[in-house]
Amino acid sequence: MNFDLTDEHQMLQDSLRRFLKYSCNSETRNEVLNSETGITSDLWHAMAEMGVIGAFFTEEQGGFGGTGADIALIFEELGRANGVSPFLDSALLSGRILAAAGELDRVADLIGGDLQLALAHGEPTSRYDLNYVRTTAVNGTLNGRKAVVMNALASDVLIVSARTSGEVSDEDGISLYFVEKNAAGLTIQDYALIAGGHAGEVTLDNVEGSLIGEEGKGFALLKDAYAIATVAQCAETLGAMTTATELTQEYLVTRQQFGRPIATFQALAHRMADMLIEMEQARSAVIRAAGYFESDERTRDINIHAAKNLMGRAGRLISEESIQMHGGIAMTQEYELAHIAKRITMADHRFGDTDYHLERFIALTQS
Amino acid sequence: MDLNYSKDDLAFRDEVRAFLSEKLTKELSEKVRLGGDLTKDDMEGWHAILNAQGWLAPNWPKEYGGAEWNAVQRHIFDDECASAHAPRVVPFGLSMLAPVLQKFGNQQQKDHWLPRILSGEDWWCQGYSEPGAGSDLASLKTKALREGDHYVVNGQKTWTTFGQHANMIFCLVRTDSTVKQQAGISFLLIDMNTPGIEVRPIILLDGSAEVNEVWFTDVKVPVENLVGEENSGWTYAKYLLTHERTNIAGVGFSTAGLAAVKRIAKAEICGGKPLIRNPLFAARVAQVEIDLMAMSTTNLRIVSQAAAGGAPGVEASMLKVKGTIIRQEINDLARRAVGPYAMPFVSEAVEGSNEPLPDPHDAGPVAAQYFNNRKISIFGGSNEIQRGIIAKVKMGG
Repeated sequence: MNFDLTDEHQMLQDSLRRFLKYSCNSETRNEVLNSETGITSDLWHAMAEMGVIGAFFTEEQGGFGGTGADIALIFEELGRANGVSPFLDSALLSGRILAAAGELDRVADLIGGDLQLALAHGEPTSRYDLNYVRTTAVNGTLNGRKAVVMNALASDVLIVSARTSGEVSDEDGISLYFVEKNAAGLTIQDYALIAGGHAGEVTLDNVEGSLIGEEGKGFALLKDAYAIATVAQCAETLGAMTTATELTQEYLVTRQQFGRPIATFQALAHRMADMLIEMEQARSAVIRAAGYFESDERTRDINIHAAKNLMGRAGRLISEESIQMHGGIAMTQEYELAHIAKRITMADHRFGDTDYHLERFIALTQS
Repeated sequence: MDLNYSKDDLAFRDEVRAFLSEKLTKELSEKVRLGGDLTKDDMEGWHAILNAQGWLAPNWPKEYGGAEWNAVQRHIFDDECASAHAPRVVPFGLSMLAPVLQKFGNQQQKDHWLPRILSGEDWWCQGYSEPGAGSDLASLKTKALREGDHYVVNGQKTWTTFGQHANMIFCLVRTDSTVKQQAGISFLLIDMNTPGIEVRPIILLDGSAEVNEVWFTDVKVPVENLVGEENSGWTYAKYLLTHERTNIAGVGFSTAGLAAVKRIAKAEICGGKPLIRNPLFAARVAQVEIDLMAMSTTNLRIVSQAAAGGAPGVEASMLKVKGTIIRQEINDLARRAVGPYAMPFVSEAVEGSNEPLPDPHDAGPVAAQYFNNRKISIFGGSNEIQRGIIAKVKMGG
């Protein structure tokens, strides 16, 4: 057993950390927040040039990575730097679907930084259920509505799930389609997200799409892509939690009240200790989810459900305690921690929340 | 012992309900329910409606125009107002400054300021916290130097809620730097329109702009605006804090919040069933409800005792800690309940857009409220300070 990073990973981590520290600051973040679509092309292209998007895919898919460990490492750094850019949705989640479906030309465009994608899968009443699809496709004509579609407005092409057979919650009968963003009958109601970036409500009114992969077999593609995206989300949250913890630690030893640093009050010191303990737990959960990603599906899923549940709980503790121990300053838009705390909390609303993953963990381990 | 409301209590409750259904407009209550930022007009309008009814100052003695309700009546009123989504009455003049003036102000100050609080002529804000004096309030540095018939004030206050609306501020200022910190503080009333005062907004993490920094540069304040004795301000500040803590448990807010969570969870579908029937979520809701039931009774027990003999002491600290934990837990349940729809950034800043943001259960900006309400365990003496008070009072030291 060896928990050390490989030399390659160590180099990737070092260069990413240096680059992101320099390129993600409150100025660039505000630029993203104030932009129309919630992204800036600078960070995207710079990261593509560094080969970061290529690291999301295997060599056969045109990339040079693609393992759980590769992806966790990159997203942890993105979370640590609080970089706001749609790598998770546009490049990883959407890209892995295309790679698995053999759409390698599009994957090449994505790796080069020349393509923006959005996955339009969730629906207004699907909550976190992956199998729930009410949108229909008949002979390639799509009708329905998709909810909280990340990066919709900034995308060039959307990947839309639609039912071609079966009942609303069947796993079989879900098909995936390419839909051009300016296709007739497609409308996007765009809005900003509380944790940065943009999403939109997508309405499909007799929209033409072209089939991706095999008809009716979209669920397996979605499930695998969601699995790696959940690992990435956990790693990104771990990075954000690390920064929140560091900021809090720094504040406690600097802030003076009653004539001494507040870190010397045991009521705060012990809570800081609890945060540090939970950080180690969170790191281990992410290491497991990443490290077992290439195992059999059951082992993979047990560790992903465990990680997302633990991150939901630990994330809440870190975010709430960081704010509380800072006091009022952490409530302000100007202070970095506020943005990081929002990011940590909102991660619980992606790819299934704490309870969703607990239920699935129970189903896999107690049957 | 009788845990039920008396006939009189029930009659009072009906009276409050009738009043609210007649006077509280749907427009205003919807704004409150959905967590919209209330305008100055909204708040002043509601203030005037309550004043016309004689219900604006439940805790003031009748001689000053108060309602002088008992604890149960106040509880009923708060509960009904919260369930009806009435605006919260701005507390700074009414429940914070007024008790101090009534107890420590001179006759002239009482005659001048108290009626203006009721009429709404003055909007008060609070000048307590400073960047370096938060939990350690007594270390405040804003200076007031006496020069003839006025004080000259220099310094900075922060977290001043509604400072942008206020025309008056009550301030703790340092008038003696040579003695123990608590012994050199005075309580001053300052006109916000005096030259040398600058108000700068602080934007909070949910995008709201309700708190401010207030800067004082050579601000002249007439000496008749000193409340009580010079250098006795700390005593008045502590007295004020005990009043700040009436309704500190926020039972009404929690009751209304929990009802909203249940309503959302009945409509939200999770795995083919209403979310409220999901055992994990149902357990979360039930646990908070059990805590809230007990706290509601704790609140009544404590407030009744206080009404019988003096201001609530250490028990108010207990109510603040438990009350804020419960409220924040309910905010957390609400954001969980709406699922992915917690993510859109619903705020006043985007409310002006033509299309309403997606909100399938008409839940309002639950995530923004979750973040905004992180403040309730920080302000008015953080929960850490409250726990310190409880431990100190109960165990000495």
